[in-house]
Amino acid sequence: MKPDAARRRPGVGSGRPTEPAWGRRLLISLALSVLIVLVVIPVASVFGYAFSKGWDHYWNTLLRDPDTRHAMWLTLVVAPTSVLLNVVFGIAAAWALTRFEFRGRTLLTTFLDLPFAVSPVVAGLMFVLLFGATGVFGPQLQSWGVTIIFSTPGLILATTFVTLPFVARELIPVMQAIGPEEELAAITLGANGWQMFRRITLPNIKWGLLYGVILCNARAMGEYGAVYVVSGHISGQTDTLPLRVEKLLQEFDTAGSFAVASVLTFLALVTLIVKSFLEARTARDLEEAPADDAGLPPDDIEAPAASSEPASTSAAAITAAGI
Amino acid sequence: MSIRIAHVTRRFGAFTALDDVSLFVPSGQLLALLGPSGSGKTTLLRIIAGLETPDAGAVHVADLDVTNVAPREREVGFVFQHYALFRHMTVFENIAFGMRIRKTPSAEVEKRVRELLHLVRLEGLERRYPSQLSGGQRQRVALARALAVRPRLLLLDEPFGALDAKVRQELRQWLRHLHDEMHVTTVFVTHDQEEAFEVADHVVVMRGGRIEQSGSPQDVFDNPATPFVMDFLGQVNVFHGRLEAGQMHLGGIALDYPEYTHTESRNATAYVRPHELALERAPSQGTSLPVRVLHVNPAGAVTRVRVISEPFGVQLNVDLRPDDYSELRVQPGEQLFATPRRVRVFMQDDYVI
Repeated sequence: MKPDAARRRPGVGSGRPTEPAWGRRLLISLALSVLIVLVVIPVASVFGYAFSKGWDHYWNTLLRDPDTRHAMWLTLVVAPTSVLLNVVFGIAAAWALTRFEFRGRTLLTTFLDLPFAVSPVVAGLMFVLLFGATGVFGPQLQSWGVTIIFSTPGLILATTFVTLPFVARELIPVMQAIGPEEELAAITLGANGWQMFRRITLPNIKWGLLYGVILCNARAMGEYGAVYVVSGHISGQTDTLPLRVEKLLQEFDTAGSFAVASVLTFLALVTLIVKSFLEARTARDLEEAPADDAGLPPDDIEAPAASSEPASTSAAAITAAGI
Repeated sequence: MSIRIAHVTRRFGAFTALDDVSLFVPSGQLLALLGPSGSGKTTLLRIIAGLETPDAGAVHVADLDVTNVAPREREVGFVFQHYALFRHMTVFENIAFGMRIRKTPSAEVEKRVRELLHLVRLEGLERRYPSQLSGGQRQRVALARALAVRPRLLLLDEPFGALDAKVRQELRQWLRHLHDEMHVTTVFVTHDQEEAFEVADHVVVMRGGRIEQSGSPQDVFDNPATPFVMDFLGQVNVFHGRLEAGQMHLGGIALDYPEYTHTESRNATAYVRPHELALERAPSQGTSLPVRVLHVNPAGAVTRVRVISEPFGVQLNVDLRPDDYSELRVQPGEQLFATPRRVRVFMQDDYVI
């Protein structure tokens, strides 16, 4: 027993170089203090400021102010719509990239990351130049009575562009790891394309898809730069939650600004929790033989999978799974 | 249902996976496509299933051209190499899948799945998930799933490849037995000649996208058409020599080879299987090679002896039957004489290995 116990001591025989105890403590406290200064204090102060004028003022700012209410509503329209568009695009892109060999495949993979590389402000500007009143397509669209810039379609467009890689990027490795064989098996058993997707592909990728949706949704709700450019900051019309935070701050309503910010922060925290749960599930799906699948309820083939989605995910996630 | 494959060619870029392949599989036959990897056997199987499209040629099933029929309408049962079980479904739902797609009434589905579970001896495991099954059990679920929709053809891709030796042996016999009961036309792909010979009615040996030889297991083993087939179907000793006027000259010995009557001398290669070499203490007239025993392995149905022919500089494998071995009592280091009892000769100009 004794030699065994000795071998299990941390750092001994584990193949890792060992640091002296003071070195370890120094590194840990350094990392912790950076985390506290950059993350914990700011997040805590958001809630601190939000409630600085009391509970009543907090609720008043959030619910009585029509502009804030509108911003909340607008965010609840823009983000889920963008997420939905991204789910459709993401599945299509991941499918094309993992199931087919075609010319331009590498190019498509590269372009998939473009929205991450481009500054959101530039992205917004790009849409203004394309669809604005003096832009390339703007006058034509205007003659048909379609307004994109300074209205909701523009917001959706900009948000979708900025969040484009999230779902696809998440699905590609999952679909690659699962491989096409189960899908082919379904085909030989008589399934058509839709039945194959609905009964085989979707259940296999659902955790990865949800993970992508959660990340995409978080980014979509928090998007500022691109939306700032295309919105024209019209209070009660084109202000989303992040824009409303900035506007309230400009109007010296610090407590109000922080109240709205606290809503976004709260959403971020929920996202984090859901994300870490989904991360574990996705990792398990990527394993060859997930031994603990026993705990899953048996999939009733006739029941839609949407009914088994976790309740904690956003409205967008449920819309996404329901397609 | 019979399968007729006519002049099928399939290329992947510059690589020709199948080169003008024609093959007829009579209804109810159990046929093995045998060959090394890259020989095109899996591509051929996938073309029969409709999972690949040939660049040229046609596939007929029961006299109907199915070349352009989608795989879902071909009514084939396909068992994938790694089974491709639906990981999120129970054994029951895996087997029921094809029937659910066809909207079969659930009482009937239940009945058929029970029937198949009994057939593949997996009763009591229907609530399990694929991840909770052993390799052999997964294989049988895959087979039951393929059979559930009463396919016209059963196609299996390396069906026993991923299993350990003992399970493989059991499943081979079981598949043979199952086929004798069901009589569904079955094609399976394998690179294991023993497996092909044990299970199949008919063996097709493939190499480089072409059919090298096709025939009954006995026929293919006894009369290999090419050096490749000879070499591929088990161990073989190779001698290089000359053919001249009905005789094969190998170093100091001459063997009768009446098929070659020309007086002109040609280079040729002689192939002798290990069990077709006899070991003796005294030389036979003009047909024995002096050899020295290197190694003796008496474990198994035959005693494997490794000898070296010093004038030739080649090592030979000899399989001795138990009674021959007990009579001879071979010891390493002994000087003996090896006599080929049966030789297959291939002209070198005709074939290149």
